[in-house]
Amino acid sequence: SGEAFNVGRFLEETSPYAWAGTGIGLCIGLSVLGAGWGILVTGSSILGGGVRSPRITTKNLISIIFCEVVAIYGVIIGIVYSAKLQHVPENLLYTPHNYYTGYAIFWGGITVGICNLLCGIAVGITGSTAAIADAADPNLFVKILIVEVFGSIMGLFGLIVGLLMVGAAGDFTAAASVSPHVL
Amino acid sequence: MEALFFNANTGFLEGIVRGYKAGILTQSQYANLAQCETLEDFRTQLSATDYGNFLANEPLPISTSTIADKATELLVEQFKYLRTNAVEPLRKFLDYITYGYMIDNVVLLITGTLHERDTHELVKRCHPLGVFDSMPVLCVATNVDELYQSVLIETPIAPYFRECLTASDLDDLNIEIIRNTLYKAYLEDFYNFCTTLGSPTSDVMHRILSFEADRRTINITINSFGTELSKETRAKLFPTIGRLFPEGNNQLARADDIEQVRQVCENVSEYRSFFSEGPSVSNPNGDEFGALAAQLEDRFFSTEVDLNKQAFLQQFQYGVFYSYMKLKEQEIRNLTWIAECIAQDAKDRIQDYIPIF
Repeated sequence: SGEAFNVGRFLEETSPYAWAGTGIGLCIGLSVLGAGWGILVTGSSILGGGVRSPRITTKNLISIIFCEVVAIYGVIIGIVYSAKLQHVPENLLYTPHNYYTGYAIFWGGITVGICNLLCGIAVGITGSTAAIADAADPNLFVKILIVEVFGSIMGLFGLIVGLLMVGAAGDFTAAASVSPHVL
Repeated sequence: MEALFFNANTGFLEGIVRGYKAGILTQSQYANLAQCETLEDFRTQLSATDYGNFLANEPLPISTSTIADKATELLVEQFKYLRTNAVEPLRKFLDYITYGYMIDNVVLLITGTLHERDTHELVKRCHPLGVFDSMPVLCVATNVDELYQSVLIETPIAPYFRECLTASDLDDLNIEIIRNTLYKAYLEDFYNFCTTLGSPTSDVMHRILSFEADRRTINITINSFGTELSKETRAKLFPTIGRLFPEGNNQLARADDIEQVRQVCENVSEYRSFFSEGPSVSNPNGDEFGALAAQLEDRFFSTEVDLNKQAFLQQFQYGVFYSYMKLKEQEIRNLTWIAECIAQDAKDRIQDYIPIF
């Protein structure tokens, strides 16, 4: 005979450390993916356009910096979240308080990670167009930079929401006594 | 979605080709060139542009054909740089651009052989972007079948010859039919290839290739008035891409004079203005048909330039590579025209080039 997947049991038995660790990993991983993607899209256009118009190379590094900032947001959140990871013995771990912290870090990490991924890509594509437009006509650069600034604000939104989500979650703390429910 | 992955392989080359495009001569530079008195002045003016000192080593007096040849050499260098740095599918796209030149070279060699010109002279006159190995062997063949079996089957344009194998002997009319059949097969093949590349390359290229097809259809129709070309043969030469396909093509196949051609073109709003009465070209022998044909050619060229300029408005697509080649060729035609006018002291017609930017 087969097996039924017991959702309640899964949620109760999964360690909050697993949730928290996955959250932090996704946060920094997706942020770096977004930043790297953005830099690759922008960088190749800057190099191509810079062959004939070398003057664009220095100015357009701003686009690369905007992409990089997205990765920094991911690192900040990673550091803030990992400060909440304290050692607690197994039999004292499963408290509602710790469950909450685990879930908060998991979903906070996904939020920040996906926000940064999309922000990095957006800034990267806009940066590529900015480089090419700047090579053709220098007056266009500042105008397109405004578009990039608005794009990079999205990463900041992710950072703020991520911080708010774990605002009420404390560090992992041990239970007062061993619960009768723990095996 | 194309913006996510395009730059990984093609971002650098797109930047390079847009840099090349920034070097295309503008109206003010053409104005300076048109004011030159001699070809030496012309050369000095050109050295201030992206052309640089390309004529520096030429002995005086410079001839206009040297100017055209050297300018084409520059373009070929640029194209080769792009092609060596390209990966699939851009490499295949750039190869498709060369097939057009290959067809021209093949027809040039066959025609030259028919008129018994020297093989080496002919090979030197071939367009450098359309060369393939075994080109001189083309000069010894006498009919298309032999041509195909011995030489052409190894070239990339071999599939285009399937339609032509029925032409049994080579004479001047048949050569033109062969050229047009090959070009029709090439255009349709290129069109289908661009469809596989997906949007936005396909959007940009379809527009450009459709116009090319319609232009050839109209030209074939007009050029066949008064010749022995039967209407069925004429209809088989029309490409099946293009905005005049299928009703326009059918009507043009049955057309007998320019009035009917004009009526067919009324159906497509962009083509209506081709036949309207414009500022008449000063034609000394009063040949109205010739004047109209010249005016039509000019209008075709300026529409082509417009479509190619529009290709640069979109990023992350391959159309910019094709459009750059076409715009640069137009620029070389313009330079040759201006140089000829200077050399022959015909300053009244010097403004008849097609401005690009």
